[in-house]
Amino acid sequence: MPAWLMPVAASTQAAKVDRIFIGLTLVSAVIVLLVVGLVVTFAIRFRRGSKADRGPLPEVVSREFEIGWTAATLFVFVFIFWWAASAEIGAFSPPKDALEIHVVGKQWMWKTQGSNGAREINELHVPVGVPVRLVLTSQDVIHSFYIPAFRLKRDAVPDQTTEAWFQATKTGTFQLMCSEYCGTDHARMLGRVIVMEPQDYAAWLSAQPEGDDLAHQGERLFSEKGCSGCHAPGSSVHAPSLAGIWGQAVQLDGGKLATVDAAYIRDSILQPARDIVAGYAPVMPSFKGLLSDGEIQALTAYIRSLGAGPREIRTPGVPPLSSRVPGAQPARSPAMVPGAPVLDTPAPAGPAVRP
Amino acid sequence: MSTRVAESPASLADPDELALGLPESYLSAGSTLGSWLTTTDHKRIAILYALSVTLFFFIGGVAATMVRLELFTPQADLVGADTYNKLFTLHGVIMVWFFLIPSIPTTFGNFLLPLMIGARDLAFPKLNLASWYLNVLGGLTTTAAVLAGGIDTGWTFYVPYSTTFSNTAVTVGVMGVFISGFSTIATGVNFIATTHLLRAPGMTWFRLPLFVWAMYTTSIIFVLATPVLALTLILVAAERTLGLPIFDPARGGDPILYQHLFWFYSHPAVYIMLLPGMGIVSEVITCFARRRIFGYEFMVYALVAIAVIGFFTWGHHMFTSGMSPYAALIFSFLSFVVAVPSAIKVFNWTATLYRGQVGFESPMLYVLGYIGLFTVGGLTGLFLASIPIDVHVQDTYFVVAHFHYIMVGATVSAYFAGLHFWWPKFTGRMYPETWAKFAAVLMFFGFNLTFFPQFIAGYLGMPRRYHVYPPEFQVWNVLSSSGAAVLAAAYLMPLGYLTWSLFFGARAVNDPWNASGLEWRTTSPPPRDNFFGRPAVLGKPYNYHPEGAEPVHDQPRMPSQGSLT
Repeated sequence: MPAWLMPVAASTQAAKVDRIFIGLTLVSAVIVLLVVGLVVTFAIRFRRGSKADRGPLPEVVSREFEIGWTAATLFVFVFIFWWAASAEIGAFSPPKDALEIHVVGKQWMWKTQGSNGAREINELHVPVGVPVRLVLTSQDVIHSFYIPAFRLKRDAVPDQTTEAWFQATKTGTFQLMCSEYCGTDHARMLGRVIVMEPQDYAAWLSAQPEGDDLAHQGERLFSEKGCSGCHAPGSSVHAPSLAGIWGQAVQLDGGKLATVDAAYIRDSILQPARDIVAGYAPVMPSFKGLLSDGEIQALTAYIRSLGAGPREIRTPGVPPLSSRVPGAQPARSPAMVPGAPVLDTPAPAGPAVRP
Repeated sequence: MSTRVAESPASLADPDELALGLPESYLSAGSTLGSWLTTTDHKRIAILYALSVTLFFFIGGVAATMVRLELFTPQADLVGADTYNKLFTLHGVIMVWFFLIPSIPTTFGNFLLPLMIGARDLAFPKLNLASWYLNVLGGLTTTAAVLAGGIDTGWTFYVPYSTTFSNTAVTVGVMGVFISGFSTIATGVNFIATTHLLRAPGMTWFRLPLFVWAMYTTSIIFVLATPVLALTLILVAAERTLGLPIFDPARGGDPILYQHLFWFYSHPAVYIMLLPGMGIVSEVITCFARRRIFGYEFMVYALVAIAVIGFFTWGHHMFTSGMSPYAALIFSFLSFVVAVPSAIKVFNWTATLYRGQVGFESPMLYVLGYIGLFTVGGLTGLFLASIPIDVHVQDTYFVVAHFHYIMVGATVSAYFAGLHFWWPKFTGRMYPETWAKFAAVLMFFGFNLTFFPQFIAGYLGMPRRYHVYPPEFQVWNVLSSSGAAVLAAAYLMPLGYLTWSLFFGARAVNDPWNASGLEWRTTSPPPRDNFFGRPAVLGKPYNYHPEGAEPVHDQPRMPSQGSLT
């Protein structure tokens, strides 16, 4: 396909999407040619006054035709569904070792935070050939994180998290856009994704200001806000231990099971009486109004770090493939200032996108 | 065809009809403004609707013209961001709720449904008039929102942007749509009751013309889907004005819930826009192919299947919203399934031409264009039903092109096909056929030039609702804007020559196309009570010439001064 008809394909998913797209285009072209061909042929051959044969059709022929093309259409359509759906099912869940990057949309910019707390505005640096998992949310209205070259789009919804993942296959600079209408400057909510060789990415990353680990902030809050008074091991209050529970199913009072995730922890902090872990008394007070969203995120990150399992062995200079949990933090990196120059070495390939 | 009929002097409408003791036509039943504004005649109300939807069509069209002009270049040179956002919102809101949804049902449906089933009027004539007032009140309310500063939410009114962030006249605009919702519900109830209760003797369900079936299935969607939209919009208005925390995520609301409710209405609404057009196509193609419709029963089942399955596919608008991937698969599957009855209809129309006596009068040209545009629109729907492709092209110009092919390419072509086909019946006048053919051809090419490039721009990744865009998309936008100029000319032409025909067109005979429907068995224009005596129906619809025979007048034609019965 010529470049002016097909956008550049720079992710594993892009190749799959393009295959389905081209396949469907061919099927559609055949059907359009068939229908238009028949309409034109019939219209000319049986134009008023032509000498074409117009003998009667037996009733059964029309019925068989009808059933025949209904079945054929259904078969073709279900086949296309199966083809597209199997590509989709194959991409449901990201690989376990995916690099995690948090994306926050706000009117009208993208904030991203990846490994080691590297923060960027309207930019995203990722290594080539490494699966990247995006965790998206929004601070105001619904946005949609769209990278055409990756055939990737996911809405960023306020107070909810959505997820998507990709694995870049080409280095270069690719366009990032907002595709869900979000107000005045929707059309200017643009950015770029810079895909780098892993060693270049490592160099770029080491040049980023070191961000404080969110989990450490959470650890500090955990004692400052008094959580540790009950939840720390050896406390006199009978409260569940939080070590190792992340991602696990816990048994609730009343027989239900709940999975410990960000939403569950948020609910348990703000509405502790709602889901009581079996065997414990509902003694925890609500922290509604006492903790900011950012602080809850930090606490969530801390609890998550308790259940993160054995730490990866890290080689100095090489970034870990799964980041520790980032989140809201006071702006300190120059990258947090809109319009600030972003360290961009080595220079990315491809055309620059206007800021 | 028309010329041959017109040559027979006995069938020409006689200027001295009144002298012959015929009842006067519905048009001459009163010429004062009051006689129009208080009429309960379904035909006059149809004319009122025709005027109001035409007004709204051109309001929406002006907004579309501004949008296309702005998109001619990648920079913002004609209007700024906020104005652009208000323009496309105006275009969408007006076109969807005040043109596309009411257009065919309230004009052709109102006029023809009683005529086609042999009734004197709709079941509830006063409710019918009230519907028009509600529709106009709603339209004017929404138009007032534009004067009050405009709305910038897009026609989808997505929360929390519409509830919390937009500083524009969202509440007024939403209330306009809410009010017009009652109009569509009342119209739906009226049509359903009429179809059930007022059919002429012998008009069994499987003798109904397909246009009546299309009106009936559309009415069911009207009645079942519109209340959901009305309540959803009331919730938006309540959240904006009373501060009720319904969708606001900061107070525990769920913005995704809004999308489910909105599309639960708005996807069936696509079929509200589609099914009536399918009905018109079935009427016109049979008449100009001089054939029975191929597979009448299958055409009926297809209409019903589209109306029913169409209620269960709304989630395909939300594949990127983070919905459960399993739910997405089910919605994807159902979206493929709902395409099957649409395909059946296309095949049946095509097969209807086979062994026919195909003529190329202007209504037929519009219909042939319809089949091509609807096929392209329907097939690109399969692209969007495929989740991986939808994830890429959702909210891009690919989607814009797709739904314009269905709702404008197809449905507006059908609207013009019907307008030309029944114009002699509505007005008693013939229009200049050459101009009509020229407009039909121009509309087809203008439409394709406008919207086909948008498929390519969309797959290349141009998002919709962008007033500035990366320069690599400019070539497609220039093509599209040029096509829009052609299209605008093609839409203005009928306004000109049809208006001309009202005053200078030749008098129409009662049945200029030698068509088979009951609506042609009365005078053009019909009298207040539609028929002289009660018509009786003896057979299946589309009783055109038998296979193998020369085209003949195969139904008794009504002499201009006599009655069928």
